[in-house]
Amino acid sequence: MTTTSTPTPAAKAAGATADYLDQRTGIGVVVKTFARKIFPDHWSFLLGEIALYSFVTILISGVFLTMFFVPSMGETTYTGPWSSMQGVEMSQAFSSTLRLSFEVRGGLLMRQVHHWAALIFMAAIVTHMMRVFFTGAFRKPRELNWVVGFTLLILGMLAGFSGYSLPDDVLSGNGLRIADGVIKAVPLIGSYTSYFVFGGEFPGQELIPRLFTVHVLLIPALILALIGLHLLFVVLHKHTQYPGSGRTEKNVVGYPVLPVYAAKAGGFFFVVFGVIALMGATMSINAVWNYGPYDPSPVSAGAQPDWYMLFLEGSLRLMPGQAEFVTWGGYTVSANIIIPAMIVPGILFTMLAAYPFIEAAVTGDRREHHILDRPRNRPFRTAFGVSIVVAFFILALAGSNDLIATHFHLSINDITWAFRVLIFVGPWLSFVITKRICLGLQRKDRELVLHGHETGRIVRFASGEYIEVHKPLDAHERWLRVQHEAIRPLEIEPAEDSRGVRRKGYALDRMRQRVSQVFYEDRVEPVTPAELTASHSHGEHDALEADVHEPTQVGGGSHLVEPDAETGVEGRNPQI
Amino acid sequence: MSTHDTHSHELEPHGDGTLPDRFENPGHPEHHQRLGDLDPKANKKAERQVLALFTVSVVGTIAFAVAYFALGDPTTDPTKIASATRTENLWLGLTLAFALLGIGTGAVHWAKTLMNDHEMSEERHAIASDAESREAALQALQDGAEDSGISRRGALKGAVIGALALFPITIALPLIGNIGGDWNVGKLKHTMWKKGTRLARDPSGRAIKASDVTIGSVFHVIPENLEEAEHPLDEKAKAVVLLIRLDPRDIKSEQGEGWSYDGIVAYSKICTHVGCPVALYEQQTHHLLCPCHQSTFDVADSAKVVFGPAKRALPQLPITIDDEGYLIAQSDFHEPVGPSFWERKK
Amino acid sequence: MKALAARRHDRRAPIVLLLLALLLTGGLYAVLAPTSADAAAAAPSASDIQTGEKLFQANCATCHGPSGAGTASGPSLIGVGAAAVNFQVGTGRMPAQQNGPQIEAKPVQFDDEQISQLGAFVASLGAGPAVPTEDQVDPSKGNSANGMALFRTNCAMCHNAVGAGGALSRGKFAPKLWETSPTHLYEAMLTGPQSMPVFSDTNLSPDEKRDIIAFISEQGDVAPGGLDLGSLGAVSEGLWAWIVGIGLLIGAAVWIGAKSS
Repeated sequence: MTTTSTPTPAAKAAGATADYLDQRTGIGVVVKTFARKIFPDHWSFLLGEIALYSFVTILISGVFLTMFFVPSMGETTYTGPWSSMQGVEMSQAFSSTLRLSFEVRGGLLMRQVHHWAALIFMAAIVTHMMRVFFTGAFRKPRELNWVVGFTLLILGMLAGFSGYSLPDDVLSGNGLRIADGVIKAVPLIGSYTSYFVFGGEFPGQELIPRLFTVHVLLIPALILALIGLHLLFVVLHKHTQYPGSGRTEKNVVGYPVLPVYAAKAGGFFFVVFGVIALMGATMSINAVWNYGPYDPSPVSAGAQPDWYMLFLEGSLRLMPGQAEFVTWGGYTVSANIIIPAMIVPGILFTMLAAYPFIEAAVTGDRREHHILDRPRNRPFRTAFGVSIVVAFFILALAGSNDLIATHFHLSINDITWAFRVLIFVGPWLSFVITKRICLGLQRKDRELVLHGHETGRIVRFASGEYIEVHKPLDAHERWLRVQHEAIRPLEIEPAEDSRGVRRKGYALDRMRQRVSQVFYEDRVEPVTPAELTASHSHGEHDALEADVHEPTQVGGGSHLVEPDAETGVEGRNPQI
Repeated sequence: MSTHDTHSHELEPHGDGTLPDRFENPGHPEHHQRLGDLDPKANKKAERQVLALFTVSVVGTIAFAVAYFALGDPTTDPTKIASATRTENLWLGLTLAFALLGIGTGAVHWAKTLMNDHEMSEERHAIASDAESREAALQALQDGAEDSGISRRGALKGAVIGALALFPITIALPLIGNIGGDWNVGKLKHTMWKKGTRLARDPSGRAIKASDVTIGSVFHVIPENLEEAEHPLDEKAKAVVLLIRLDPRDIKSEQGEGWSYDGIVAYSKICTHVGCPVALYEQQTHHLLCPCHQSTFDVADSAKVVFGPAKRALPQLPITIDDEGYLIAQSDFHEPVGPSFWERKK
Repeated sequence: MKALAARRHDRRAPIVLLLLALLLTGGLYAVLAPTSADAAAAAPSASDIQTGEKLFQANCATCHGPSGAGTASGPSLIGVGAAAVNFQVGTGRMPAQQNGPQIEAKPVQFDDEQISQLGAFVASLGAGPAVPTEDQVDPSKGNSANGMALFRTNCAMCHNAVGAGGALSRGKFAPKLWETSPTHLYEAMLTGPQSMPVFSDTNLSPDEKRDIIAFISEQGDVAPGGLDLGSLGAVSEGLWAWIVGIGLLIGAAVWIGAKSS
């Protein structure tokens, strides 16, 4: 590294430091490689950053909290200032949470910042994941990074749940009790697993210290490691980019890390932390003194987990109890819990995690993809994603059914029944509708490419015929709408070769083809140059403005006259 | 205006007169200059804005410190602790937010308005290593394996794998031995109720006389000797009971002959679904509703499930009265309380 | 736990408490034995009872029967006492207007005097719980910490941890408690209106009822953490995290990603 051309003392000092470091670490190569690395700019690429920065906020506020929180179930009597708790027996965990809230100055702010940041962390992970899913950013070479991100989602849920339970209040205690009930439902090993978790019978004396270790050590360490891996992959793969003029599979267009991206990303951290601080300042969250210290007897109406666990709660609420049965040997199988708490989320999450591999298998595509898809151009994927989101959303609503009942004056039983039906109909319906919308948008794109923007200007030919003038798209506008490929269902080798011998692996190939047909049977091809030329030669009026010197304008803004078919408008509404 | 020649060079036929199959990428769009790039005044203005934003941050931090010292301890007046805490939380939070947002928006505004905004393009390279490197890597692995002789010395391979597979037992054994307490899952099947245990009010622990229980009342009940248990919370988690007096004419059925006393019935408060306290008693319908997952039980009819995700009725505690008129248990529950588990009927 | 129970045992001499409870609620036993009508605690004048009867015949008799013995559309009022009347009429629940899953509070139809006259008449039909005195419902005399413990065990499952209300089955609900007057809170516990169970004085003593009132009176006012978001718990917090938090942050992201003009 040569840094000798500047004479000021500060620069000299900086140069000397850089030299010192480089001689010992060889960091020069790293700086050279990364300092001007290009990152594409788009707001949706910042969703993952929201997750990252809220996690940093969680770490900062979390370290503050650990200075005062006592992770113990040891009994103590509250003598602090909060009147409705005075003289109440409680665990030290709960008592120290109260102290943290009322006696440690700024402690309540930190608690609220920590909890809001946790909710934002999960929400940002989910929105980030939706962005990645709907734009196909999980395709080769990023499948593994999708799995890393998926694991982070699961770890985030565990981190949240373990932290939510730490204050040892009635609300989270009942959440733990539900967790215990779910654990006990596991066939064969349920009661032993419950003992494993609680160190004996529920609630026992061990849980809070154990959860604390899980919450402040195990899970954060895993999350940090996986975030590191996640970002390493991003650097390795370079970021994806949206389709657009000049952007190809071979390049990445954007701004250099130094200084633009560093300033934007660094600034965004402070914005994220600032917004969370704003929430912590103005909105109360998890007011544990309202719930009181954990006691197995009480429970309060509106007992729900944080939002990211709400789907599980809803799933449990919807399942009819009749599913539980006793086997011939006299063993109890709690299918009324196993199905909603394990099988349904298992299916939904497995589908999420495995989707990139399924799509790759049925697409038969082994190329790298760095240009993102526009969601409309992948109707099956978009519709599938929407239906999974809808399924989770319906479950989350079902988990809030008592609040829906009181706020909209409905019967909780009717709501439950409605959701029992909706959980089957909703995802299916949203799949069909989304797919239709995607195909419709693609047709609209085609129409726009072929015929240009409507200008609202109506001209009359000498023959008395009216037509509306369309303004053709410029090359950049058009490129956005024609750059993609419409994927076709897999074509496979025939079952038998030329000598009539049935080949191995045909059955598997046939299955892949069938699934592939489900994915790609309905499609809209992007406009080809030939089609555009053909359309132009049909619809001469698009070029009218050049030919007709003084068109008779009869109106503006709306399609006054429907031109009839003979004037060559069959291309206007292409039947695909 | 003609589209054919101004915008779409890709519509030009190839030399042989055919059109290409696909459009071609038109290349990077033209760069648009920002106001600040053209007008030094605007540039200067943007700089001042960035300066102002960072100043907001500094002011925010100072205000935070001022608020911290000026507001004083919110717990000094016990009657105003809620509002004083709220005021403190609000001021500390808002000033913190200003300190942070000032830096954040300042940096972003700087990047957007003053830093170079020419988009740059960088080439991507295939992720996979080239064939040569792959071959070298493979060779290196083979050489390593060869050197170790692991393929030739089968016994060694087995020993290494065996040792590695076994050593975690040294950690797992004591961990598993202790992590589940005494591992006596049989405790799940019993509670501390036994013949003669008085029913007492939760949480005060005062015993209940049959004459205390009026029609339509509901008592939340614990065993009178709960505090004598080794782990009162663990016992309470299983033993809590709901005591309700119905008009004897309303009782359609109960789980055992003579398990109630003069219309007073006692059912486990722990839901047979996943164990929430089932505590919402609707006096008119005699229904018990669980607030967690809305399992509904009919107290007048053996606490059978009438709605929701629970399958089994709440276990009934057989009760009677002692000589002094206090309600007592006839025995423990006749089946395990709470959520189902695999061996509950064994 | 042990210390707690011991302390609670000691704090009030149970015998005194029991005596007090028995004294104050002799009336409620009338529900079990309506014929043994003791005199109600406070003796209203005969003219009050007469005026009350007129009001009753005009406004209540259609459903509750001319003698208050009940009809198919309304329960018997013999032995419900003045407390039940004061609660039902004083919160506007009675006279009932429409048949929904439950009869809800609405603007009160009678003035205080008329309510007490109605109460006097109903109390004269058969002894029942009387309207509590000012002293019995004075929140400043209650112990809110004990009130919270009792509220958590006996009330929170329906009315939510701080009394924000909650759902019951089939469209019924436990109402929010923050706007209810201490007297009405006391009477509701004592008489168990509609779905609510009865918390007679043998279950929750008058002092305990006052403790509960003291706790409720501290709720729904100022949340130490800022806006209370309805005190509805995690669902409303999650909703606001998405609306405010993710909303603002996506807004910021769009600003950062947008080109400067």
